[in-house]
Amino acid sequence: MGKILIKPEVCIGCHLCEIWCVVAHSRTKDILKAFLLEKPAAISRVIVEERLPVTFALQCRHCSEPDCVFACISGALYKDSASGRVIHDPEKCVGCYSCVLVCPYGGIIIDQENKKVTKCDLCEGFEKPYCVSHCPNGALVYADQEKGGV
Amino acid sequence: MIRQFDYVVIGNSAGSVGCIEMLRSIDRSGSIALIAEETRRVYSRALLPYYLAGGIDLEKMYYRKADFYEQHGVTALLGQKAVHIDTDKKEALLSGNERIVYKKLLLATGGRPLIPPVEGLDRENIFTFLSMDDVLKIEKALENAQRAVVLGGGVIGLMAAEALCKRGLQVQVIELAGRVLAPVVDEPVSNLLKDLFIEKGVQVITNNTIKEIKGGSSVESVVLTDGTQIPCDMLVLAMGVAPRIKLGVQAGLQIDRGILVNERMETSRSDLYACGDCAQGYDSVAGISRVIPLWPNAYLGGRIAGSNMAGGRRENVWSTSMNSMHFFDLCLITAGLNISAEDPGGFINISRIDEKKKYYRKFTLREGRIAGFILAGRISRAGIFVNLMRTKADVSQFTDDLFNEDFGYGSIPEELRWELLKEDLIPGVVNGNDRIRA
Repeated sequence: MGKILIKPEVCIGCHLCEIWCVVAHSRTKDILKAFLLEKPAAISRVIVEERLPVTFALQCRHCSEPDCVFACISGALYKDSASGRVIHDPEKCVGCYSCVLVCPYGGIIIDQENKKVTKCDLCEGFEKPYCVSHCPNGALVYADQEKGGV
Repeated sequence: MIRQFDYVVIGNSAGSVGCIEMLRSIDRSGSIALIAEETRRVYSRALLPYYLAGGIDLEKMYYRKADFYEQHGVTALLGQKAVHIDTDKKEALLSGNERIVYKKLLLATGGRPLIPPVEGLDRENIFTFLSMDDVLKIEKALENAQRAVVLGGGVIGLMAAEALCKRGLQVQVIELAGRVLAPVVDEPVSNLLKDLFIEKGVQVITNNTIKEIKGGSSVESVVLTDGTQIPCDMLVLAMGVAPRIKLGVQAGLQIDRGILVNERMETSRSDLYACGDCAQGYDSVAGISRVIPLWPNAYLGGRIAGSNMAGGRRENVWSTSMNSMHFFDLCLITAGLNISAEDPGGFINISRIDEKKKYYRKFTLREGRIAGFILAGRISRAGIFVNLMRTKADVSQFTDDLFNEDFGYGSIPEELRWELLKEDLIPGVVNGNDRIRA
């Protein structure tokens, strides 16, 4: 199971993780097109928390006991046993927001436009999550606990 | 005929699925049987209003894939009713006289719809609102209906009313209490909701109930206790649910309102577990044993029962009443205690309302800790409040921040924040900097 760990001390609050999260989840994967042309625009699944001078990024923790999965009334949220990812299927989601109610991290993002939710998928299909690989200060670390590495 | 199973689950909803999924993650070979009165594979009752409103198709009602039972090695005895449980012989008797011997049994029989004590309920076009059959019948009746009465202004009643309104009916909601949704929200939110429904063309009648049902073969009108007569083509009974405890009573289990369970979801008889709407367990915030008839609670209860049934040891460490709802475009989240302004006892209520934005937030505090909250309008990251409640965090130093629209971990004072996030950070990156300690 993998999750993204934070190093709050070296986060400079640049919000680039949010920018690159949008790019990673855009259709074109092109930063300009993602922000200027795509309608509806992709949504960042990572949130930069701020209480200056402290800043840090937070997204789904892919919990081993995921409350969001237990609360999901439609079966849209599930834990993939092979990868350990907590996955959200937007086709099944009805936007009941039960997951928003129970996620202790506030990691479920409301997709206002589609009246559904969305969340971090650890950038499935990419070598590393975009927020991790694009953080200029190394403030995000992908911990693949299955492989034993941090 | 006698059949024997290691695990037997009675019921076919969230609790049963939670149990089966847990059982199979521990015990891959033990035999599992599921007994359910309905012939359909497991669907989500919580989605019934969504289907009725026309938002989703029938296929999406199914909570798990079509091969769920197969994939989990479950013998699904669908369309079979368990009529008796013999806890000495450890067997369940089915209506067809088949006997099912169990090593461990879970009762996840859910709730039954509450019915008002009035005559004439056998007329046509009177429906309960708890099963897929109910909703399909309502849908069929929609073809010839213009006016609907919904009895019950709670969560289910209001959802039914919204769905029927969206299907083009003239709808009247009748609620016995003085305001809608009274058990889970406070007066400002009840008022917000009432205004919203009226704005959408739904009439809301409070302090009233039905005393008589008039009509021929089909319902034609209802008469209220104050004498008002309301013509209607359809009546939906949505007063809520009561635990389905009949099997538990016959089995001699300890029962209050629901089948009493401990934190391991065990009933008063060995090897017999219960969860979900039929069960009654401890509400950690209220500090009393009570029925919490909510989807997440059922799933989690099933999961805990499943673990213990398979020889594990797992306890329900924290549960309370929690609701996520939306009516038209208004989102609502509530959790914990709903303490009224008139009689707060040892609690302190703090709230803010923005009537223009339809934004409301209220926190009920007990000794500086959150014992309940209501969010209306903006519900983002509500789970962080639940987490503060669950961890009994002292919030008295940042009560103002709780009203911040973008409340998050950044809003929480440092020491508490890093304590809550200690599994999620790598501290001490910068040499000699001990600002962050985990």
